[in-house]
Amino acid sequence: MKLREIAHSRTGDKGNVCNISVIAYRADDYALLCQEITAERVKAHFAGVVHGEVVRYELPGIAALNFVLKDALGGGVTRSLALDAHGKSLSSRLLDLEIAPAGDTLSRACQS
Amino acid sequence: MRTIRIGAGAGYSGDRIEPAVELAEKGALDYLVFECLAERTIALAQQARMKNPAAGYDPLLAARMQAVLPICRANKVRIITNMGAANPISAAGATRSIARKLGLSGLRIAAVTGDDVLTKTKDADLALDSGDTVKGLANRVVSANAYVGAQGIADALAAGADVVITGRAADPALFLGPLLHEFGWAMDDWDLLGKGTVVGHLLECAGQITGGYFADPGVKDVPGLARLGFPIGEVREDGDLVVTKVAGSGGCVTAATVKEQLLYEIHDPAEYFQPDVVADFSQVAVEEVGPDRVHVTGGRGKPKTGLLKTSVGYVDSYVGEGQISYAGPGAVARGRLALDIVRERLAMTGVQTTELRCDLIGVNALHGEASGVGEPYEVRVRVTGRTETLAEAVKIGNEVETLYTNGPAGGGGAWKSAREVVAVASCLLPEGAAQLSVSLVEA
Repeated sequence: MKLREIAHSRTGDKGNVCNISVIAYRADDYALLCQEITAERVKAHFAGVVHGEVVRYELPGIAALNFVLKDALGGGVTRSLALDAHGKSLSSRLLDLEIAPAGDTLSRACQS
Repeated sequence: MRTIRIGAGAGYSGDRIEPAVELAEKGALDYLVFECLAERTIALAQQARMKNPAAGYDPLLAARMQAVLPICRANKVRIITNMGAANPISAAGATRSIARKLGLSGLRIAAVTGDDVLTKTKDADLALDSGDTVKGLANRVVSANAYVGAQGIADALAAGADVVITGRAADPALFLGPLLHEFGWAMDDWDLLGKGTVVGHLLECAGQITGGYFADPGVKDVPGLARLGFPIGEVREDGDLVVTKVAGSGGCVTAATVKEQLLYEIHDPAEYFQPDVVADFSQVAVEEVGPDRVHVTGGRGKPKTGLLKTSVGYVDSYVGEGQISYAGPGAVARGRLALDIVRERLAMTGVQTTELRCDLIGVNALHGEASGVGEPYEVRVRVTGRTETLAEAVKIGNEVETLYTNGPAGGGGAWKSAREVVAVASCLLPEGAAQLSVSLVEA
């Protein structure tokens, strides 16, 4: 299934750094998010768009992950040549990620 | 325990005006805050001020003030805004003139200054996050403004201001200021300052927490976006927050809208750097406690760093752009041919670009080639390039426009532009570099 079925997302920008939140609609799906949406997968999913490091932060209290994507915005909104200079549309791309449905063996992939 | 009500009347410079009028009329507010300053806005405003010493404040200031001043006066709502941009003093003068024309005699308007740190930034010759140094940019630097904290706003309110106009205050500080003033929070009570930062961060983008920037039909439906209501924060003396909006306005306030905004433009949620505090959002919890009412708890804080993020605006380059559309069978192939022709023409005619981007809108403009699935009915060619001069930038759009009569079949709707790019880079300055002061005028 697609990530969009269990989570919603918003993109923000600061300079040349983009952040994308991934928030589970149901708290029960948080562990699945943690297992499926790793920083490595996000980096691979945005190959060609994101040139720097991807860092994942975990927010169990609101069943959300926050991804920080460095060197992702063509130099930042004030100088980027991109049509979407803020990168605001990137959250929609992340929600297109294919994820495995939750199984019985879902491990506790979150550290916190 | 006391509670105050703060409304957010604008989330960016060009935002809608009627939602703020609705808040002033029906929000039972104590404060109405307008956040209107983006990263680059202040650099452009400094350029405007260089050309005209009376200019350099927000172009919509007059329209917003005319719309809300009489209502705010009648309902005892105090206004706080960063619409002063590069010239808070001039903005305060303009607001006084409007107040006088509206017959609001005695209205007190404060300008908070001190965020302009251009001289000190040049002297310190700091390294910028762009890899440049301030000295390296030399005479291309047009501005340096520090993100200052809430104290100047609190001082202006204590001095009796009905309207407080700042320049580059940190966005959450526009909301933290009245909380400091009303509740007398200590400037080293880090948890309270952290909670106040949660309030400011959630509200500062106005409609982005009431259902704006959120709707996704069939998945996340939002009613009434054409008459979106802007948010109200009910803030208790202990920092406890309920986010709501005017009953009957469009949009919605839900746990989901609040969570999305909580993480908007956040990096490490445990360390949100602000001039007055390092706020910690990592333990924040949200709970729906009624229709369009969300209770927010758990904000915390750590001691401030003593450093201020400073935005340095500089003339970076020039950008030329051209667009043209193709439709129907073979549209993508004709679009790709058009891009090939423009690339060849730019090379043949020796147009010097330091960066060139060739997109097919509808195919790959937003997320690159990886995004393409299926062939769209129509595409729009977009060529944009960075140059050292405006004259070179103009040539890029020209090479797209001439596709009308020289390019593939059926190209329509050509458009071109060329512009100077003022970019912004940041550095950190010791907080002592920004000495805030408040000046008050009366209508």
